Amino acid sequence: MSLSLQTFSTVKDASAALRSGGARYLGGGTLVVRAVNEGDISVTGYVRATDPALSSIDHADGRVRIGASVTMATIARRRDLGDVVRAAKAVGGPAIRNMATVGGNLHAPAPYGDFAVALLALDVTVHFTDRDMPMADFIAGNGTPSGHDIVTAVSFAVPPAGSFRFLKVSRVKPKGVSVLSIATLIDTDGAGAVQTARIALGCMAERPMRAAAAERALVGSRLTREGIAAAVAAIGEGTDPITDPIASAWYRAEVLPVHFRRLLLG
Amino acid sequence: MARVPVQFTLNGEERAEFIESGTTLLHALRDTMGDTSPKGGCQQGTCGACSVIVDGELRLSCLTLAQTCEGAAIETTAGLAAGGVLHPLQRAIMDGFAAQCGFCTPGMIMAAKALLDHTPNPTREDVIEAISGNVCRCTGYEPIIAAVLAAARSNSQNAG
Repeated sequence: MSLSLQTFSTVKDASAALRSGGARYLGGGTLVVRAVNEGDISVTGYVRATDPALSSIDHADGRVRIGASVTMATIARRRDLGDVVRAAKAVGGPAIRNMATVGGNLHAPAPYGDFAVALLALDVTVHFTDRDMPMADFIAGNGTPSGHDIVTAVSFAVPPAGSFRFLKVSRVKPKGVSVLSIATLIDTDGAGAVQTARIALGCMAERPMRAAAAERALVGSRLTREGIAAAVAAIGEGTDPITDPIASAWYRAEVLPVHFRRLLLG
Repeated sequence: MARVPVQFTLNGEERAEFIESGTTLLHALRDTMGDTSPKGGCQQGTCGACSVIVDGELRLSCLTLAQTCEGAAIETTAGLAAGGVLHPLQRAIMDGFAAQCGFCTPGMIMAAKALLDHTPNPTREDVIEAISGNVCRCTGYEPIIAAVLAAARSNSQNAG
């Protein structure tokens, strides 16, 4: 069966082409072409945009704006992004990282979308052609893959050295699909007490989620075994882990506190 | 059915064909262009058997639309042997018994080539990372890792 590919130079025109329904936006192909290969007959064609801004990274005054078509491999090579590159390196093998885009990762259903977990912890702004929205609103369901709005970029403040941590747990080494992933952005004062904490979890719900109870428990504490005990006890609060061939919901819930503790103490 | 023209370089040779719109690079190569070296395994991006190099970057041909490769330079395992002489990676895979059923081998070789093209003297960890997206159910990976390292050594000896 023939599926048309429409290529536009602007996101606006690509967005208009999606309005007729059936066609899906093509980024790196790792989600949409896969869906077609698996027999998803709701996809009747592909639409893509080639605006160079979609593939650019602009880093100035401590903030970075990453175009939606930027690949994980490109991010992984950016030393100016600090520990954020660890999250990009955690995605797939080399071929997948050469293809998978930031925009696609935002739409990837669990157990995929490890980089989106990092973006949630980083409190990114998601940009569209005509509006911006916080990552939390985006995840809450605005701008779903079935919509015709196209994400053009994400932007965030590059975290200070040592403040951002990321862990992807998989059973196949060195690279496998996520059992779960954890991203934390933690700011401590001069004495080592936590001032602010953002904790994001992957595979612990259908979409990346914040661990609000653990965040609250961490504020004012030190990152020691005793200091983080309350946060570790609360890390599973509000989670509803997925069950898939990688792991059961029970297993994910069991190992989450263990990996969270290791991430904070490591 | 909408047929569309595609034109790119396949292993150094200019190719122009008409294909069905939306055809993956894997199927364009295998069904239209007669290059059956990339294998269709999972078609999900999990197994790596379809790996090819597009403009110097390793890609999964099963998830790449042929039309998006317009004007690109595509390399597959079928183009590696020059004048009947095997590529060092092919030779090392043979010598090291690193292929058993052989289904993953063309993808493994392209993943390894993508590594050696950028990192001529890789560490064992570099090799493991480079083939981490390629699944082999026969060898247990050790002979493949050893073969890639051996190919890198033979390359550097030739260069020296």
